[in-house]
Amino acid sequence: MKHALSLKIGPATFRIGSAWRQPVEALARLYADYPAPADEIADFTVRLEPTSPFRRWFRPSIFITGDHGLADAAPMSLAHGLLAAEMGMNLQMALGWRRHLLLHASSVEKGGRVLVMTGESGSGKSTLAAQLGERGWRLMGDEFALLDLETGAIFPFPRLVSLKNRAIDVLAAEAPPGRMGPLLAGTAKGDIRHLVPRGDAVGRMSEGALPALLLFPRFGHATDVRAVGQGEIFMRLTQASTNYVALGEPGFAALTRFVRNVPARAIDFPSGGEAIALVERLWEDLA
Amino acid sequence: MSARLLVRALRDPGGVAALDGRGWNSLIAMARAERLIGTLALRIGERPVPMAVRPILMDARADAEREARQALWEADRAAEALAGLGVPVVLLKGTAYAAAGLSAGQGRFIGDLDILVPREAMKDVEQALIGAGWEWVKDDPYDDAYYRQWMHELPPMIHASRDRMIDVHHTVLPLTARQTPDAAAMLADAVPITNELYMLCPEDRVCHAVAHLLADGDLAGGLRNLWDIYCLLDGIDPAALEARAARHGLVRHVRQAQRLAAALYGAGGRLTLWDRIVAARLLARDGWGRERRKLLGFAFYVRSHWLRMPPVMLARHLLTKWRKGHRPA
Repeated sequence: MKHALSLKIGPATFRIGSAWRQPVEALARLYADYPAPADEIADFTVRLEPTSPFRRWFRPSIFITGDHGLADAAPMSLAHGLLAAEMGMNLQMALGWRRHLLLHASSVEKGGRVLVMTGESGSGKSTLAAQLGERGWRLMGDEFALLDLETGAIFPFPRLVSLKNRAIDVLAAEAPPGRMGPLLAGTAKGDIRHLVPRGDAVGRMSEGALPALLLFPRFGHATDVRAVGQGEIFMRLTQASTNYVALGEPGFAALTRFVRNVPARAIDFPSGGEAIALVERLWEDLA
Repeated sequence: MSARLLVRALRDPGGVAALDGRGWNSLIAMARAERLIGTLALRIGERPVPMAVRPILMDARADAEREARQALWEADRAAEALAGLGVPVVLLKGTAYAAAGLSAGQGRFIGDLDILVPREAMKDVEQALIGAGWEWVKDDPYDDAYYRQWMHELPPMIHASRDRMIDVHHTVLPLTARQTPDAAAMLADAVPITNELYMLCPEDRVCHAVAHLLADGDLAGGLRNLWDIYCLLDGIDPAALEARAARHGLVRHVRQAQRLAAALYGAGGRLTLWDRIVAARLLARDGWGRERRKLLGFAFYVRSHWLRMPPVMLARHLLTKWRKGHRPA
C-alpha cells in the first residue's frame, strides 16, 4: 500500500497500510514515543482502502479492513482517518487475537495490582481509566484488557485513549496539550479526541499484573454500590469478550478463575469527581 | 507481488527459511486472505521460523482444530436431526475431509456445513431441519424462489442458537448449468465415515471439488479449492478418475484441475493458454492480502454466471439483482 507504518502496542504488532497519507502521519505523530517493533513481522495487517477507486480522490471514503474484516463495516470520511486506523487495529484484535482472553474493559494498575472496569460504551469506563491514569495509576488500556490464560494476570494494551464528547474537556483540563490528538468532530459516536497515555504506561506496556478488583461502572446515576453475583459476572464477561468462544476450554478456565478470585461491584455515579473518590474508596476496602 | 509466494511456501515449506520480515508479512497476509493459514502452519510444522512468526502459526493451528471440532459437532447435529428420515447424510467438502481425516482437511478452514441428500427427500429434510432449530437466512422472496427453482441446493439455513450455516444440496451444480454431474450416482456410491455419516467416493470427491472450482465458481479464493484437489488427487487411480469424470461430464475440467494442481502445488506441468489465464486469476493476491487484477476477476464473475444460466435468464437475473443494488464482491 502507498503509505504504511508498523506499531507495537502491548503484545501485538500491527502493520497499517493506507491509501492516503493523512491517517499514517497522524498515527506516526501520536505513537512517536512508542518503542519501534523489534522486527518487521506483524501479527496483523490493517488496511485503510477507498470504498471504490473513485472515492480515493472524490469525497474520500475509507473502508476499514485487513487480515480480518467485516463485510458491513461502515465507511468513514478521511477527516476521521486516525479513528479509522484505531478502529482497524481494534477490529484485528477483536476478531483475531488468541493469546489472551480479550475483555472489552479498561484497566489501570497500582502497587502491582490491577483494577478492571467493564461496561457498555458510554458507561464511563474509558474516562475513568484515563483520569486515574493522570492521577498516580498506570493506565493499561481503555479498550481491551488481556487476561492471561495460564497465570490469570492482566496484560496492557495501551493504545491511544479514545475520549468521547464530554470526556474530552475533562481530560483536556488534566493532560498537557502535547498529549492530545486532533478533535474529530461528528463521528458516528459524536466528537472524539485521542489521548496519548503517559510515559509510564508506554514504557511498561509489556508488564502484566494480577487483577484485584472488577467494577461495572455506570455514569449518570445517583451514587450507588451493589454486589454482583458470580453467575451474572461470568455472563457479563462472556458478553464483553470477543474471543471467549474461539478460545474454548482454556478461555472458560481462565474466566472461571477470574470470576472466583476477583471481587466485583457495580457502581453508579453522577459525575467524574464522585467516581474517582468512589473508586479510590472501594480500592482501599476491597483490593 | 502475487500469491505465487504462498503457493511456493505450501509446495516447499522449507523454502520459508529464506524470507525476510517483509516476505513473512506478505505470506501471512496472503495465507489469511486465501484461508490457507492453518494449512500453511501445518506444512511449516516445527521448522525454524522467526520468533514473531511462531505464535501466529500456533494460533492458526489452534483455530483450525477448533474449526474441525465445531464442524464435526455440526455434522453430528444434522445427522441427529435427519436420523428418522432414512436418507444417508453425505458430507461434502471441508467437513467430510475433517471427519474422514483426509490430508485435504488438515488445517483447513471450514465454513458452512454442506450435505448432499436425494432430491426426492428435500421436503422432508427441510422440515426436519426446521424442526431441529435451523431457520432461513434469506428473507428476499426473489432469492428464495430463485434457489428453489434453479439452484442445486436449498436456500441456505442457519441454526438459531449455534449460528452455523447448513447448505443442503441435491445435486452438484445449478440446474441451469451446462454440465450435469450425476448426483444419483454420487449418492449411490457414497462411502460411510461413521454409522450416520457418509462422504463421496474418492473419484467423486475430486469431481465435486473440480466442478465447484472450475465449472461453477468465479474462482475467488480458489487457491484453497485447488489445494483440496491437489490433496484429493494423492493416491487416486487416474483411469478410474477419468471414467468417473466422463460420467459426470467433467473430463475437461478434471484434466485442467490436474494440470493446475501439478503446476502450482506439485512437480510442475505444461499449461495451456487458458490454464495460464485461470492461474493468473487464482494468483491475483498481493502482499497486503488484497485481490488484484480486478478486471480479470470481474470477467470471471460474469463468466461464472454465463456458465450457470442460459443468456436470457442471465440477463433477467442480473437486471433483477442490479435493481436491488447488488454488486459483485
